[in-house]
Amino acid sequence: MNWKKTLRVVLIAVIAALYAFPVLWVMLTAFKERVDIFAQPPKLFFTPTLDNFARIFSDAGSEGSIFSSNFARYFFNSALLSFGSVFTAIVFGTMGAYAASRFPFKNRDFAMFSILSTRMLPAVAVVIPVYLLYRTLNLMNTYLGMTLLYTAFNLPFVIWMMRSFFDEIPREIEEAAMMDGSSRFRAFYKVALPQVKSGIAGAAVISLLFTWNEFLFASMLTGEKTRTVPIALAQTLQGERGVDWGKLAAIETLYILPVLIAAALLQKYLLRGLTFGTVKG
Amino acid sequence: MLAPTAVLLFGLFIFPLLWSLGLSFYRYSALRPQQAPRFVGFENYAWLLTDSSTWSRFIATGVLVAGSVGLQFLIGVSLAFLLYRDFKGRKIVLSILIAPMMMAPVAAGAFFKLIYDPTFGVLTYLTKTLLGVQVGWLEKSAPAMLGVIIADTWMWSPFVMLLTLSGLLSAPKHLLEMAQIDRAGRSLTFRYILLPHIKPLMMLAVLLRTMESFKLFDTIWIMTQGGPGDATETLALALYRVGFQYYDTGRASALAYLMLAAVIVLSNFYLRLASRASSSPEGET
Repeated sequence: MNWKKTLRVVLIAVIAALYAFPVLWVMLTAFKERVDIFAQPPKLFFTPTLDNFARIFSDAGSEGSIFSSNFARYFFNSALLSFGSVFTAIVFGTMGAYAASRFPFKNRDFAMFSILSTRMLPAVAVVIPVYLLYRTLNLMNTYLGMTLLYTAFNLPFVIWMMRSFFDEIPREIEEAAMMDGSSRFRAFYKVALPQVKSGIAGAAVISLLFTWNEFLFASMLTGEKTRTVPIALAQTLQGERGVDWGKLAAIETLYILPVLIAAALLQKYLLRGLTFGTVKG
Repeated sequence: MLAPTAVLLFGLFIFPLLWSLGLSFYRYSALRPQQAPRFVGFENYAWLLTDSSTWSRFIATGVLVAGSVGLQFLIGVSLAFLLYRDFKGRKIVLSILIAPMMMAPVAAGAFFKLIYDPTFGVLTYLTKTLLGVQVGWLEKSAPAMLGVIIADTWMWSPFVMLLTLSGLLSAPKHLLEMAQIDRAGRSLTFRYILLPHIKPLMMLAVLLRTMESFKLFDTIWIMTQGGPGDATETLALALYRVGFQYYDTGRASALAYLMLAAVIVLSNFYLRLASRASSSPEGET
């Protein structure tokens, strides 16, 4: 029976290695010099260099900009849009979810389903009219426009996920608080909210990931000023003068590092988040 | 308290969608905003439905969806059963497996482009030395499609695994113990206790993955841009091309609505299947 156990351990190890490989390979590439990147057969051992990382941040940047380089700006934009929109989505989404959980208003199920269905739409189908809308309203290449858009993207998810958390906590405590003279809003803020803290954390991190990773809309609606990292990444990859793989790998390494840390920290929220709160992890 | 949400979602999804529904009946190009849209009725739809390239987009999308959802299901469910029994280091293995689905599709596309590179890619090297064949991974039609499917499977098979595993782990312990006491064989235990428990979750996984791979854009765009030729040009890519490279806004809107119709039909089909599946087997046990 023992060989069976060994076989299973080996199999699991091989599978884990396979799944980790693409990421590890890019990270290795980020520390390679040009000749090592193109070496045949591919090299596992080499003298590491930080040159690729230095090159990301050594381009001059646009004139009059407070950023030392263009990529510094792109990373700043990605972080700003992610945090800004997720914060707004969490504030409105939690309130909306609370309302949906506590007040059985008319057509509630229909309203919830409509909210969900906006997330099921193919993004490419929405991108054309949003592009026209933003052009008409002069929202192209603005932080405001992008923040509004990403807030709208994250809201359905936050509402569904938070509603499943609110549904789980007993409403008696809030009712008791209101009996004692606290307002509905105060009951929400002081009694219900602290009980769903972990839900908020989970919803926030998953929305952050989604915004941090978004490509299609950013590619249509941002310009030099508001460009985010994935767009710059794609441009580096599809450049006219051949791909600078070392630089690209270095950008990717910096870009996915926060994500990897999040992946390790938030295992327990992931399942619930990815299924809109319907499945508990 | 739902009002801000309603306003925002209406402004950024419902209104634009109605707008583009309207546009799908017009001849209009976003490139020439001063030229007024000209009403053409169903001409855009008629053109799309009679154009042979539309059908090859549908086929490419079908191949992609069938291939990647099928593969993700097989691998995901196998992984779940492999990781079902606890062992030392399971947490670490799970962390490694869920990392891909949290990454940007753009980043994943770039990883695989590096691996598939025809001159120095690792996979190119491996297929050449181990199998003795030079596979131009993203340069020939079939390998390019397979390459995209592999990348999508790498990202999302752990998702199927995660859902199935959570079903397996929440299967009622007392039933499993009773089955053991009654010496029910493995296949019986599986069929009557585990399967009814994980079936709805597997259905959900397949539904979500089907919808997602149907609209998959970033990964393909980064890896192949629809090429070589039009081998990996799915509906999502075609829509982007018609809308933002040819700027044929009216036709692109019509294509978007064809896609929407397809998504709705697909998901209803699944939901019907799921509700049938969940009503029958549990009744027996």
